[in-house]
Amino acid sequence: MKIISKLFLVILLSGFQAFHASGAYVGIEDSETLILQTSDKKSAMDELLNVLLLRSYNTRLVILSTTTLGTAAGIVGAFLLLRKRSLMGDALAHSTLPGIAIAFIIMVSFGGSGKSLAGLIAGATLTGVLGLLIMLAIRNTTRLRDDVAMGMVLSVSFGVGLAILGVIQNMPQASAAGLESFIYGKTASMVMADFMTIMVVALVCSLAAILMFKELALLCFDDRFAVAEGFPALRLDILLLVLVTTVTVIGLQSVGLILIIAFLITPPSAARFWTEKLPTMTFLSAVIGAISGWLGASISALVPKMPAGAVIVVVASSIFLFSMLSAPKRGVVARWIRYKDLKKKVERQHVLRAAFELVEEQKNGDSIVSNYPFPLQKLLAKRTWKAPKLNRILNHEQSIGHLERRADGMLQLSESGFGEAARITRNHRLWEIYLVTHADIAPSHVDRDADMVEHILEADMVHRLEEELRNSGAWIPSPHELSTRTQAS
Amino acid sequence: MNWTSFDTWIVVVGALCAVACTLPGCFLVLRKMSMMGDAISHAVLPGIAIGFLMTGARSSIPMFLGAAITGVLTAVFTQWVSKFGRVDRGAAMGIVFTTLFAVGLILIVQAADHVDLDPSCVLYGAMELTPLDTIEVLGVMIPRAAISLSIVLLLNLSLITLLFKELKLSSFDEGLSNTLGFSSNLLQYLLMSMVAVTTVAAFEAVGSIIVIAMLIVPPATALLLTRRLIPMIVIAASVGILSAILGHLSAVTVPKLFGYESTSTSGSMAAATGFLFTIAWLFNPSEGLLVKQFRNTKKINESVPVEELSS
Repeated sequence: MKIISKLFLVILLSGFQAFHASGAYVGIEDSETLILQTSDKKSAMDELLNVLLLRSYNTRLVILSTTTLGTAAGIVGAFLLLRKRSLMGDALAHSTLPGIAIAFIIMVSFGGSGKSLAGLIAGATLTGVLGLLIMLAIRNTTRLRDDVAMGMVLSVSFGVGLAILGVIQNMPQASAAGLESFIYGKTASMVMADFMTIMVVALVCSLAAILMFKELALLCFDDRFAVAEGFPALRLDILLLVLVTTVTVIGLQSVGLILIIAFLITPPSAARFWTEKLPTMTFLSAVIGAISGWLGASISALVPKMPAGAVIVVVASSIFLFSMLSAPKRGVVARWIRYKDLKKKVERQHVLRAAFELVEEQKNGDSIVSNYPFPLQKLLAKRTWKAPKLNRILNHEQSIGHLERRADGMLQLSESGFGEAARITRNHRLWEIYLVTHADIAPSHVDRDADMVEHILEADMVHRLEEELRNSGAWIPSPHELSTRTQAS
Repeated sequence: MNWTSFDTWIVVVGALCAVACTLPGCFLVLRKMSMMGDAISHAVLPGIAIGFLMTGARSSIPMFLGAAITGVLTAVFTQWVSKFGRVDRGAAMGIVFTTLFAVGLILIVQAADHVDLDPSCVLYGAMELTPLDTIEVLGVMIPRAAISLSIVLLLNLSLITLLFKELKLSSFDEGLSNTLGFSSNLLQYLLMSMVAVTTVAAFEAVGSIIVIAMLIVPPATALLLTRRLIPMIVIAASVGILSAILGHLSAVTVPKLFGYESTSTSGSMAAATGFLFTIAWLFNPSEGLLVKQFRNTKKINESVPVEELSS
């Protein structure tokens, strides 16, 4: 966690440097023409370096603030994701709109311009928290569920916000232009005061989340335990959501109302694929948020007609997609490969066990099963499998020396194959007996249940079963009648 | 104020939109998928943009198709991300719809030079202007929005009547529905495309915020008042119509009380649904918040003898 706070310090310091380096206030129009002029004069390579190394004043403000915002949203969003409240950010973001509109009206009626970011943020936070409380009230006092409560607050408060904005647009005193940027985001129009507000608020939010790390983690993983231990769970819940609201509100102007939601959801979801530990996940989530903010804003500054908010979201989603596919443990590809491996193993074991059972049928009263050959047709009839698939598995077994195809068309297990088959069948039967004697499962039902677990039995467990059943060493007969085409599993 | 035929048309368009939305909305609420309305109404943006870029005209068939496809894709992608990636459903939905919205936004901005499609009109709509854009049908001038919304309403109504039994079953017991052979996924995608088509039909005329509100709030209100499906749908539709009327009335009158001009009708219609919900929340006869409070107090007063209280 220290790393995160250090990161913040660095970002904040560079923000101050940005202020001192320029020493001048760059207004909206100035900054836009500034970008246009530089892009005309300098070569593409220079421009790339300019943006990436934050040389130009305006891009420095924009990129630093989106990076900071990504970090803060990543940290707060991690808890939101684990609390399974990701869409709460969506609802809260929408419920800030009436606050923004009301704050604007109040500021105008007191003679201001109505566009002070701090004032708008205060209004937004106020109705955001109000929306949050209404959401909790609906959930706690009615039969309606979380999703309805969220949808309710979202749509109604946004409607109220639009209605008030409609009033503002007809107001003679002030132009409401610029309030729109709260919905779609307008990073290019960022000024120093906005930048400082965003920096300070993001820092405070992240620090609050880090300071309350233990409590929030407890709330996310086991809220009832938190209550039983005497933690004020409801107040913690509200604290978390207030942090979310605050991050949402400062994000509104730079990435827009709809896209700030992505900032809260996507980086933590991507981080979740790489780790099982909350501190690591929070850190990764902050880093992914920061990278999306930095890269997105850079691309938007380099390529004409690329809205920063949208590009940031696309970058974050790409990171998410990459994580989802390629994370080593939880990733889709890794899990798919594991699944395929397991499936192959299970199929091989099925073949070997079926072969062993065929051999076993020919023992004619001997106490020891000897390795007789058997025809392919009989093996094919043992289970519901198709000839090509069975042949594929048989070929594989042949290649690793478990099986021989004899000249007369019969199949015979090799010595190692016979041992392996005997071991697998033994495990299967042990497990079946265990289920029959200890788990009260009818012998006629046991084959199928045993099939599912035998493939993952550890050697250790097998020993324990053998001991428990006092049956070690001897050959174990099947507890149920062996049939061809048993229930497929 | 003076009520003109303009106002009547605005209310009619609003009511049509409300009923068209509440029909699939009831099932969304029952399936715990209320937020899907919000997600889809944002996620159709790239579909709309591509359809628009292809034809260069609004309300064209490709645009409807594009939106319906992206609407269903939202549901499919959400399902994939939450199933294959084992991501929480809400989070999956959030990731998918914000990404699609962002892609749509980029598409629109890229083509902004030769395209006149304002993303803000997708959200707000310009309901006040619907009566100006009319088509003559059987000698009567009818707003284009009223016609397209009527078609969508009829479409939704017939689909829901046709598949009522299946939708009901899969909404209340997904497992049973699947075992009986009515794929709950397929029905879900059908609902999603209904929502998407309704959103597109509504977005230009009335704004998608009204779609989101009408999808969720009237059914939620109805759910507070009844526990049966058909009464729920009827009540939801009535609440929708009532909020359309109330919304327009308040849009015209309320700002005047404070000395301002009138305001956005779609916004106030959405707000009106919230107002009706609050009334049902507080005062509904069986489990209203205040009613329950009152009943509890009465019960305590009746059940505890006065002597015991004083002792």
